[in-house]
Amino acid sequence: MHLDSFLAQAFIYLCAAVISVPIAKRLGLGSVLGYLLAGVLIGPFVLKFVGREGGDVMHFAEFGVVMMLFVIGLELKPRLLWRLRGPILGMGGVQVAATALLIGAAAMALGLPWKQGLALGMILAMSSTAIVLQSLAEKGQMKSEAGRASFAVLLFQDIAVIPILAILPLLAVGGAPVAIDPHHGAAADVVPGWHQALLTVGAVALIVGGGRFLIGPLFRFVASTKLREIFTATALLLVIGIALLMQSVGLSPALGTFLAGVVLAESEFRHELESDIEPFKGLLLGIFFIAVGAGVDFSLIASQPLIMIQAVAGLLGLKMLVLFIVARFSRMPGTDTSLFTLALAQGGEFCFVLLSMADAGHILPTSITKPTVAVVALSMAMTPLMLLLHEKVLLPWLLKTQQQRPMDEIPDEENAVLIAGYGRFGHIVGRLLRAYGIGATVLDMDSDQVDFLRRMGLKLFYGDASRPDLLESAGAARAKLIVIAIDDEAKALQIIDTVQHHYPHLAILARASGRLHAYEMVKRGIEHIYRETLGSSLDMAAQTLRTLGYPAHEALRATRLFKELDERSLRSMADVWYEHKLGAAYVNAARDQIEEMEKLFSADMKGLSKPDGGWDTDSLRRENERPGS
Amino acid sequence: MKRILLVHAHPAIRRSRINKALLAAAQGVEGVTVHDLYEEYPDFHIQVAREQELLRQHDGVVFQHPFYWYSTPAILKQWADLVLQHGFAYGENGRELEGKFWIQAISTGGMAEAYCAVGYNRFSIRQLLAPLEQTASLCRMQFLPPFVVHGTFQLTEAELQQHADHYRHVLTHLCSDAFEPGKVLAHDSLNLAVPLPQTRS
Ligand SMILES: Cc1cc2nc3c(=O)[nH]c(=O)nc-3n(C[C@H](O)[C@H](O)[C@H](O)COP(=O)(O)O)c2cc1C
Repeated sequence: MHLDSFLAQAFIYLCAAVISVPIAKRLGLGSVLGYLLAGVLIGPFVLKFVGREGGDVMHFAEFGVVMMLFVIGLELKPRLLWRLRGPILGMGGVQVAATALLIGAAAMALGLPWKQGLALGMILAMSSTAIVLQSLAEKGQMKSEAGRASFAVLLFQDIAVIPILAILPLLAVGGAPVAIDPHHGAAADVVPGWHQALLTVGAVALIVGGGRFLIGPLFRFVASTKLREIFTATALLLVIGIALLMQSVGLSPALGTFLAGVVLAESEFRHELESDIEPFKGLLLGIFFIAVGAGVDFSLIASQPLIMIQAVAGLLGLKMLVLFIVARFSRMPGTDTSLFTLALAQGGEFCFVLLSMADAGHILPTSITKPTVAVVALSMAMTPLMLLLHEKVLLPWLLKTQQQRPMDEIPDEENAVLIAGYGRFGHIVGRLLRAYGIGATVLDMDSDQVDFLRRMGLKLFYGDASRPDLLESAGAARAKLIVIAIDDEAKALQIIDTVQHHYPHLAILARASGRLHAYEMVKRGIEHIYRETLGSSLDMAAQTLRTLGYPAHEALRATRLFKELDERSLRSMADVWYEHKLGAAYVNAARDQIEEMEKLFSADMKGLSKPDGGWDTDSLRRENERPGS
Repeated sequence: MKRILLVHAHPAIRRSRINKALLAAAQGVEGVTVHDLYEEYPDFHIQVAREQELLRQHDGVVFQHPFYWYSTPAILKQWADLVLQHGFAYGENGRELEGKFWIQAISTGGMAEAYCAVGYNRFSIRQLLAPLEQTASLCRMQFLPPFVVHGTFQLTEAELQQHADHYRHVLTHLCSDAFEPGKVLAHDSLNLAVPLPQTRS
């Protein structure tokens, strides 16, 4: 490629990304969908900026997946990986095998010979590591049960590519089996099985051993040069080197770098490696998504739309069926099941590789591989949409039906205090009251939390405190006050509204997540508002002053003064915010407030104004100046 | 050798002149434990058991503070209210403080002349300290004459230093075996009872 044509390409890709991703994020669509749309836009069917060479770009950008697995590996300590071995082998194994068989059977039912059916099944059993992990990470779902399970399955798929590569040639129609070089789709030299096994073990041993004993000294040496870019270069060199090594012995580069990542997860350079590789990874993945978008063959789709739609729906449907069953068997909670099922339903980037091999190796006819590529690309493009649907429609609905757990019966007790929400915040209040022998009726909406605390011997009830009937049976009519300590902002306001409407006599003490939330409460006339972290950060500020050598009592009074001024500004700013939201008027008012506050403080420091002026003796001293001196 | 607990109370030590100097002079005197109330209990949450244990471990207490409204800064009142418990400090079984001495080391804005019947403060320092003296008495403690620095607003740097040296000298004497409480009782103040040896003038 010529330099200027390369630059022009880069310009187009980056331009598309810079414009469409922020817009997509603003619209709540997520970055993956943004990239995909950008790809479609600049692709051969809309603006025609990029043509068929999109495939090359995709090939190049696939390296982003390799880097992503390296970064994931860095975050996964070996012990954690070992704990995941059950899900990886169990869920992953079942998913790949069952999906391959099911799709194979479906293909045969449509008239394909069994060998082709099986090949197609194995290829389509793969999901897209890039799309799934990126989307889940963006939604903060990687640590959820669905996130972990998805990761386990994807990891298994990565491993499964190795045997699939070995099996595919055996399924060639007619001709002798040929081994396949995954990255060129051409036949490579056949190596004897034991030789291959030896190479594999050797490569893995090299990565593990090297990671343990060589990398540390190497990075220490490089770090001692204090040249930031050389460190980055070394990190890149490491990833690329491992990828090459793995490829040369016929293993998945992604798997190799993942392994290296895990080995390095406990090294002191972990964070540096991560932040060095991260931007490359992100950019390459983005380009990869754009290439997928650009590669969707709309002419093919337009020529037989019905069949294509059916094929995509069939692929997604069959995969979802298997995923759903896997999730059910592993006892995943309902909302995780749905997320897991939808997240992994698409075809993956490995499908493209495997399909081109299958084509070249005469395992599948081009009349099948070509539309299949389009189907896979479409299924990938569908994923962010399906996840969006899940978040906006399915999840709320599931949560609602889940609440079908009947609210608890609350026995008639005469407690003066109601507590809504017994998590980190509310339970402190509750414990203090308990220690004082003050009975409180506690409501919580997290049914796991309720069950857990019950087992610890606490008395609390499952229920939604924003419902008047529940408040009634909790004794709101006779109680004196309600502590609202839940972390759901909207729900907290809802409870306030309900209480104010139905039980105006109840004093309300409310937890606010931050300033904006507190404004809403000020607007509702709540007097006792507790911003979650304010107390601790003021404690910390006081200690900061003390550590700097300021007297303890002065430091304490400084934080009290600060809190008082801040509280005052909160109340006066609430109106501004309500009228202008976060517009310029609000920002200006906020800036004025901060300035005002700092003026008051520094005045105090210089002894100009008189907070704690009672202890000030300057004026007294002036009045008592020795006469004549 | 005697052990003295120096209970210091100044709510705004960064604005202090004389008490800052006195406190610095008291640091490191053998036998003296400096205990700064506003520093230990900035929120007035006094740990009673700890304070009582400190009292047990010492032979006498010096309360050092500026004279505020003819009395002590607020935290000393809080301290007395909580620490001098019935059954510990007074009452039939409260004999833990018996025989220990009690000394006020105070600084006043007013000049010495003002603290008498014809001065604008109308009462002498000893008269104004009567509530504390009686508190000590109820605790079966021996109330000794106070150490007083008058006219704090007009002190020059040299005078500040002189008072600090004097204070250090007094504390050292109180801790020494030579010290006999009976010998100082007759004086109005410790400043007079234990004068600074005149080496400088
Ligand atoms: C709140 C307050 C009350 C005071 N009351 C008296 C008082 O009753 N009689 C007096 O002579 N001086 C009084 N003063 C003056 C202080 O005693 C004087 O500022 C202090 O002893 C100086 O000590 P320092 O330099 O350590 O702060 C008072 C000062 C303040 C701030």
